[in-house]
Amino acid sequence: MSQRIPAVEIPSRELKHNAHDALQDRQLRGNMRKAMDSLMAKRLASMPDDFEREHLREMGNHVRARALSQLPDLLERLETNLTRNGVKVHWAETVDEANAIVLSIIRAHEARQVIKGKSMVSEEMDMNHVLEAEGIEALESDMGEYIIQLDHEKPTHIIMPAIHKNAKQVASLFHDKLGEAYTEDVDQLIQTGRRVLRQKFFEADIGVSGVNFAVAETGTLLLVENEGNGRMSTTVPPVHIAVTGIEKVVENLRDVVPLLSLLTRSALGQGITTYVNMISGPRKSDELDGPREVHLVLLDNGRSQAFADGELRQTLNCIRCGACMNHCPVYTRIGGQAYGTVYPGPIGKIISPHLMGLENTPDHPSASSLCGACGEVCPVKIPIPALLRRLREENVKSPDDPHKVMRGQGSKYSASERLLWKGWRLLNTSPLAYRAFGLLATRLRGLTPNQLGPWTQHHSAPKPAARSLHELAREHLEGK
Amino acid sequence: MSAKANILAKLRNSLAGTQPIADDYDVALVTEPWRYPAGERISRLRQLMEAVHTETHLTTTTDWPALVERLLAVRQLPSLLIAPGTPHGAQLAAHFAGRPGLPVLKAYDRPVEEWKAELFDDTPASLTGTLGAIAATGSLILWPDRHEPRLMSLVPPVHFALLKASQIRDNLYEVMQEQRWAAGMPTNALLVSGPSKTADIEQVLAYGAHGPKDLIVLILEDA
Ligand code: SF4
Repeated sequence: MSQRIPAVEIPSRELKHNAHDALQDRQLRGNMRKAMDSLMAKRLASMPDDFEREHLREMGNHVRARALSQLPDLLERLETNLTRNGVKVHWAETVDEANAIVLSIIRAHEARQVIKGKSMVSEEMDMNHVLEAEGIEALESDMGEYIIQLDHEKPTHIIMPAIHKNAKQVASLFHDKLGEAYTEDVDQLIQTGRRVLRQKFFEADIGVSGVNFAVAETGTLLLVENEGNGRMSTTVPPVHIAVTGIEKVVENLRDVVPLLSLLTRSALGQGITTYVNMISGPRKSDELDGPREVHLVLLDNGRSQAFADGELRQTLNCIRCGACMNHCPVYTRIGGQAYGTVYPGPIGKIISPHLMGLENTPDHPSASSLCGACGEVCPVKIPIPALLRRLREENVKSPDDPHKVMRGQGSKYSASERLLWKGWRLLNTSPLAYRAFGLLATRLRGLTPNQLGPWTQHHSAPKPAARSLHELAREHLEGK
Repeated sequence: MSAKANILAKLRNSLAGTQPIADDYDVALVTEPWRYPAGERISRLRQLMEAVHTETHLTTTTDWPALVERLLAVRQLPSLLIAPGTPHGAQLAAHFAGRPGLPVLKAYDRPVEEWKAELFDDTPASLTGTLGAIAATGSLILWPDRHEPRLMSLVPPVHFALLKASQIRDNLYEVMQEQRWAAGMPTNALLVSGPSKTADIEQVLAYGAHGPKDLIVLILEDA
């Protein structure tokens, strides 16, 4: 039986514990392995030409870096152009501010029902729970999101939220929660979702969506999707609220061309998604449909902290394709929920410390073998392994280090560990100490402990050789 | 200070003393791999679109209304939503005029609020034009407007789209430049590359997620 980890009980601080549990879950591991293998194969099949792929990744990196290098100006330009088009732009430093903005719009319309297209930023805001607490129904309309919302779970993947479930599990869920006849036929399951959600699109007072790219030049919000729920959420209800992070802006409309191609191929192995939805304003006075009001909420939530450091800023290149997850040996084995963060996998490990503080994600930078797969596939060439190493450094910084880089830095600092490494450095930089240590270690090898904490859980304890290589070499050279 | 002022101040502070990175946009990289001889554009478009369950037909400017009539009959569709203010909407209406027994042509000629329930519950098919298509990705370009509103290509389960063969281009970059998109985007512009679909359950592909279940593209070879 697959173990379901209820959303409310996943503190990100419990990563180690969660990972341990997840590793025991054979169902989860089987589902994840199968899905990741298929996503990796699809990506590669859609990018068969090495030259094109690698140069386009380079270009993707340049486009994103260029946008970030003028981010404040582009954000202002975006606001100016959106405002000219009739879109109302809001700014929020924190998720609380963002939720307050959304709530105030909802209240102004006395809205009761909100239908949501897929939006990871709204997950950051925990918008569904905030709205529910106010008596407002917030329903996810992406099929995957809908499934996990029905089961009171959090997304396990940023592109495929319900990837950890198989058809049998969805069949039981629809049977139990919706009273549908049990069927494992995926077409029938999807038709059930379609029927239920169509009614909700019809009724909803407000549609909420995310944004894939916000184009400063034209004031355009671009949304990419296959299902049509994004189009429904942004077109049918009388009010559309888009929420996005401040980093999502690009300079020119043409910048979307390489990024779009990289995004859909890296994420799903598709040359393009079924729909690319470009929204530049609310319904004009003579138009017959579309929302009468469009709002954009720009959320910071720790992004400006990552932005402040030239190296860590690269985290904000991310176009949320999920490829780093699909290729991550850790993610594939423990699934997305074990991370206890909105963004799991490699991108989660480098962005979550900025969103939540290192004190709440102390083990995330270390939960990596540094195999480098994530960095190799990232379509915008974020050096994820290097950023993980950097976060590990920030994680053990001394509390009196004057250089403040991020919230929660030094959360794994330990004075005794620091002392140990100082001693180690001394041993290895002073010939006298090094020799004395070598002599002691080899002659007293019988005394080395058999239990060495976590290491000896899965390995045998290391034992020094009877004589060091130095000694043997010296003897050899002296012709003994 | 406002949230906006705070955010911008932080970002500006972080950029102090730096220059924007120069624009080294590589046009060749996003166009050269995606070029096709004129004679292959239609076949590539059809192949890509059919691979994702789109139905395509080659027809002509005079024949297409009769083809629509036949396709409606095959599918036993009782009605079709059209945009009466467009030339193609008018052409189809003329073809159907005075011929009882044919499916009913409904006109999208009033704000959606006035007939939303009918649109959702009793509008099985629609017909729209397109602005062209993109051979590289097998995508139709739609710019809904006052005459041909946004929901026409989204809510009805069957969507017929008319495409002039001469308006098929190689790639997205070329289309954006040629049609001067950056100079003025409409309220909503779309690329549509098949009927709606999802692979959210165990990666099994299922068509007809939230948008149309069927997309039928009529390519006008002589236009
Ligand atoms: S870090 Fe790179 S690979 Fe991972 S989601 Fe972001 S863009 Fe994709």
